[in-house]
Amino acid sequence: MIAELGHFALALALCVAFAQGVLPLVGAARGNARWMAFARPAAAAQFLLVALAFCALGWSFAQNDFSLAYVAQNSNSKLPLPYRLSAVWGGHEGSLLLWILMLAGWTLAVALASRSLPDALVARTLGVLGLVAAAFHAFILFTSNPFERLARVPADGRDLNPLLQDPGLIFHPPMLYMGYVGFSVAFALSIAALASGKLDAAWARWSRPWTIAAWMFLTLGIALGSIWAYYELGWGGWWFWDPVENASFMPWLIGTALIHSLAVTEKRGALKSWTLLLAITAFSLSLLGTFLVRSGVLTSVHAFATDPRRGIFILVLLALVIGSSLALFVARAPRGATGGAFEVVSRETLLLVNNLLLAAACGTVLLGTLYPLAIDALGMGKISVGPPYFNTVFVPLMVPLLFFVALGPQASWHSASLAELAARMKYALLFAIAGGLAIPFAMGSFAPLVALSMALVLWVVASAWLQLRARVAPAGPGVRTRLAALARQPRHYWGMHVAHLGLAVFVVGVALSKGYESEKEVRMSPGDTLTLGMYGVRMLGVREAPGPNYTAVVADMELVRDGQVVMRLYPEKRHYFSSQMPMTEAAIDPGLTRDVYVALGDPLGGGAWSVRAHVKPFVDWIWGGCLLMAFGGLLALLDRRYRAAARATAASEAVAAARA
Amino acid sequence: MGRIAIVVGFFALVILLAVGLKRDPREVPSPLIGKPAPAFELPRLGSAQRFSPKDMQGKVWLLNVWASWCVTCRDEHPVLVDFARTKRAPLVGLNYKDQSDDARKWLARFGDPYQFSVVDADGRIGIDYGVYGGPETYLIDRAGVIRFKQIGPVTPELLTGKIIPMIAELER
Repeated sequence: MIAELGHFALALALCVAFAQGVLPLVGAARGNARWMAFARPAAAAQFLLVALAFCALGWSFAQNDFSLAYVAQNSNSKLPLPYRLSAVWGGHEGSLLLWILMLAGWTLAVALASRSLPDALVARTLGVLGLVAAAFHAFILFTSNPFERLARVPADGRDLNPLLQDPGLIFHPPMLYMGYVGFSVAFALSIAALASGKLDAAWARWSRPWTIAAWMFLTLGIALGSIWAYYELGWGGWWFWDPVENASFMPWLIGTALIHSLAVTEKRGALKSWTLLLAITAFSLSLLGTFLVRSGVLTSVHAFATDPRRGIFILVLLALVIGSSLALFVARAPRGATGGAFEVVSRETLLLVNNLLLAAACGTVLLGTLYPLAIDALGMGKISVGPPYFNTVFVPLMVPLLFFVALGPQASWHSASLAELAARMKYALLFAIAGGLAIPFAMGSFAPLVALSMALVLWVVASAWLQLRARVAPAGPGVRTRLAALARQPRHYWGMHVAHLGLAVFVVGVALSKGYESEKEVRMSPGDTLTLGMYGVRMLGVREAPGPNYTAVVADMELVRDGQVVMRLYPEKRHYFSSQMPMTEAAIDPGLTRDVYVALGDPLGGGAWSVRAHVKPFVDWIWGGCLLMAFGGLLALLDRRYRAAARATAASEAVAAARA
Repeated sequence: MGRIAIVVGFFALVILLAVGLKRDPREVPSPLIGKPAPAFELPRLGSAQRFSPKDMQGKVWLLNVWASWCVTCRDEHPVLVDFARTKRAPLVGLNYKDQSDDARKWLARFGDPYQFSVVDADGRIGIDYGVYGGPETYLIDRAGVIRFKQIGPVTPELLTGKIIPMIAELER
């Protein structure tokens, strides 16, 4: 009954979404205010209906309603309740429902927060979002209905994939989808701008917070997924260049470019077409990612069981959405140089270079992701493209990017002087080179790539410091005065620096954990000690431990440093009742300067086990950096000027309305 | 120029994805095709007798991997029951990583299409045969060579379109 209610709500949501897609768009084209006004209530109704459907599915999971095929396949009565609830998005159908819930949520947010926008722009934006939603509703209802009943009800469910039975499942997909789907707003705003031909600074100012918000969630979502992979997959890696990881990374790269290009469009009125193209591309890549994951054209740890009908449906959807937006772009985007012109040496140029590097990076990831598909399609065999390719092509693009990240904020708009830039930055450059050369020696051994990375990190940090110093210098001497001046800086300015420093922190983590990792795999019996650098790992014993839906073997270990026990570690090997694959639960002693990571391998007979231990210097900085980047986004988002602008527009409208 | 490139690039991408859709990335040709079926000797389900593939020498037969916990096996089940009625070829079940009690109850409830099933309780034989999960079906010829492998459920279309013609050809 509850499930049927959910199904019905979804069907109704399709109708509402369709109406939300058609009426306001036609209304905007004809200048019919009543049709345009339909957009907001429709967005609200759609959100309520999707939320209802989502809750109905959650309820069915909580109640162990195995008469639903989707619940039977992804849950089990022994599965703990938090996982039963997050199992809602543990499979194909429910993931799509989460996708559409996010879309409805973003749509509602636009409807609520757009009071100060011109009515036609709001109507068009919500209309485009409605059309996208309608397409996805149809996809769910016709090919991937999560409310389908089974003719024969199984006594118990097949259980959730053990890999997914982790707190990571609770947070990673919602966060990731928030980001992924969030780019739909910038996309819809772009389509609305193309349709109306109005593409001014106000439009760019409106697009910025939405883009930054989506980017922030995507950053967090990707970071969470990476942490999850790090401790759950059991071999200590944090990024695998898996097609599905790439699918989330590509919109991130383009989204990052979009944030910067929007800044140019808003401040200088330049790069308009480029900004539009990036906004369309970011969301198109989100759709492409959805296609790659959902259609099963690529093998991946994330791929679910596939159905060819789904693939065709979503491909047609993809072709329609992206094709029509690109067609609109080609027909309507402003041609040639628009807005403010700029010199070769200027902040605009530097931001454009940053954009091109990010776009090129995205292109290489796309190429590597689709290459196996192309080779297979041409009948040339089955291959897979792995980290060697990605590391080879990606790293060389990141080096100039980091170099320019430091320069961009230093250069002035319109026209900057190269000589002046060089004079300002020469000590920073010397500092970076000296530090970059020194740090590897301090870490124990020299490695060229580490030296280069650290030099770039110091270059970014030094540049930020120089800038902040220059910014507060006019306030006068004295530490207090300067701190007070710092505190007065607008939040978006802080946001930029925090995000750039986050990038630097991230690079520290990547370079040092890769450069100075030590690893050992040995046979251990109770009483044995494994020595790894200055750490010892002593195995005390191994015991069986039952879990709710698995049995586990838990090793009792001590982490020893200088003869002192630092921490007890309990790596596990779990056998879930529902799966043949044993799961490795690594034990980690996290730290600011290093992680000690211990994973239990296979039993070797006679009470002995294979045990793998890693010491990973600075590995947590990788996620710390991501967190800083996201925090930078949050700061920029909270900037006063967005709210001030909103208030100003609302006030002027009120005045205009009062006069009329 | 740049705009034309965008459109062309996009169409190329869509065509590539459309072609890619028709292919299954997991469909790695089984290395077992054309190789002798790995030998084993396992007890039959619900009987003390034992079975080995060489007992089937001289016959074209099917080995179907199933388990009572396998939801897809249940979808496949009626197809196998219909096939067994035609007595076209012997069908042997490999009861994979299952509890024998559950397996017997399952057959009693839904019907038993198998000549008999053998018990691979710990899945060791499954490893030899490269079983991904249930159901899977192997077509084995008179000399004991694997000729065809189906990963996933056997469908009526697959039976009439592929498996039965292959049986006829192999029996000639």
